[in-house]
Amino acid sequence: MSFYTDFIFFLWLLILLIPAFVLGIREKSLRIYTAVSSLFIIWLVLRGDLRQLAFLALFYVLQLHIVKIYLRLRRIYGRNAVIYGHFILLSLLPLILCKLSGILPFHLFNFLGISYLTFKGLQIIIETYDGVIQEIDVLSFTSFLLFFPAISSGPIDRSRRFGEDYNRTLSRTEYLEMAGRGLEKILLGMVYKFVLAALLHEGVDYFVSGSGWYEVAAYAYFYGFYMFFDFAGYSLMAIGTSYFFGIKTPENFNKPFISRDMKEFWDRWHITLSHWFRDFIFSRFMMKSIRKKWFSTRLQGAAAGFIVNMLIMGMWHGISLSYLCYGLYHGCLLAATEVYQKKSKFYKKYKKSVWYQGVSWIITLQLVMFGFLIFSGRFLELVQGLQ
Amino acid sequence: MQEKLIDILERICEDEVVREDLDLDLFEAGLLDSLGFTELLVDIEDTFGIVISPSEVEREEMATANKILALLAERG
Repeated sequence: MSFYTDFIFFLWLLILLIPAFVLGIREKSLRIYTAVSSLFIIWLVLRGDLRQLAFLALFYVLQLHIVKIYLRLRRIYGRNAVIYGHFILLSLLPLILCKLSGILPFHLFNFLGISYLTFKGLQIIIETYDGVIQEIDVLSFTSFLLFFPAISSGPIDRSRRFGEDYNRTLSRTEYLEMAGRGLEKILLGMVYKFVLAALLHEGVDYFVSGSGWYEVAAYAYFYGFYMFFDFAGYSLMAIGTSYFFGIKTPENFNKPFISRDMKEFWDRWHITLSHWFRDFIFSRFMMKSIRKKWFSTRLQGAAAGFIVNMLIMGMWHGISLSYLCYGLYHGCLLAATEVYQKKSKFYKKYKKSVWYQGVSWIITLQLVMFGFLIFSGRFLELVQGLQ
Repeated sequence: MQEKLIDILERICEDEVVREDLDLDLFEAGLLDSLGFTELLVDIEDTFGIVISPSEVEREEMATANKILALLAERG
């Protein structure tokens, strides 16, 4: 059994949503029920793989202690960069060990969702350092970290936003409205994933072995659209499910293929991930680089910031050459876009005209699809095939 | 404070329009992006000594000159 794929999962989901719905319309708090149903469904999914279950449990206990201890140290020692750095590293350590599994002879922390759960833990540490978070209770932390609707692949929520929804009880009308929208999202997500993505995957399979340029192009397009409907479908189901628990999990996709430049694309594709990177990596890198004057112009700093940001994002997907290339590719594209938009008189003159936006959209779509070709691993296969 | 903030915004957005319309949505108008937003946070801290971290507020809470002024007044 796995999340949002097989019949038995959806059956259990239906069973779990009924009490949530009853509690919701009776204006009862869903706090305890949310935590209990998360623990229950995690156990259901992972019970056949005790190793994964044990690593997840260990990860949870570690993160809880890291957060709790850091909150206390932050109160005593204030904004101490050395303590902060150590806790960032501690919070990241399970993910680093997991990602190195391919290189190391042993496998640690290989459990479903670790990449996504790490973001949640890290965010709390960073915002505690910033002074934005002063306290988090164990129940809220547990429900946030292990919130089952979004545990396997996001969307990546933020603890303060989650906490506001979690600790609020909706009125009957509000809950009904939310559950209705939730149901709509779950059904739309099913159509995306089980109808459209499944169909597009036939195209992916059909073109996977071709090496003519048109076959490669068709592969990239099918793969790109397949990725969208598969992941956006999953995200919709995760968001819809969370609505039944009164949690308004943020949207993950917003018509990415209509983007007219690469910056817009990352505002529409895997939004919770790219905004996490923007808020916790890019912005902080930029603020440091401006303060410490690492670069002679802010534009150079921005270009470096984009490349660093996207390289880390690539590595987060996995330590493989294709993912690194994917990160570097998008980093360079974003840097080039930034320089072009800031410097080009041509851009400033025509950016509002219809023909410019049309051309810009076509070019952006090709760049995006080429990115998917790299991401899929097919690009490097083709390159190796040439030698 | 208002005058200083407008100076900062004018420099970052490279457009005088920020001076004329204090309710203009700077993100929607394409005058402010992630990079400009970061510069804004640095400049606010350096000028007014008010620290706002990048993940602390939603962008829409800082989308217009008037909204930023209200936030600064609340913090300052």
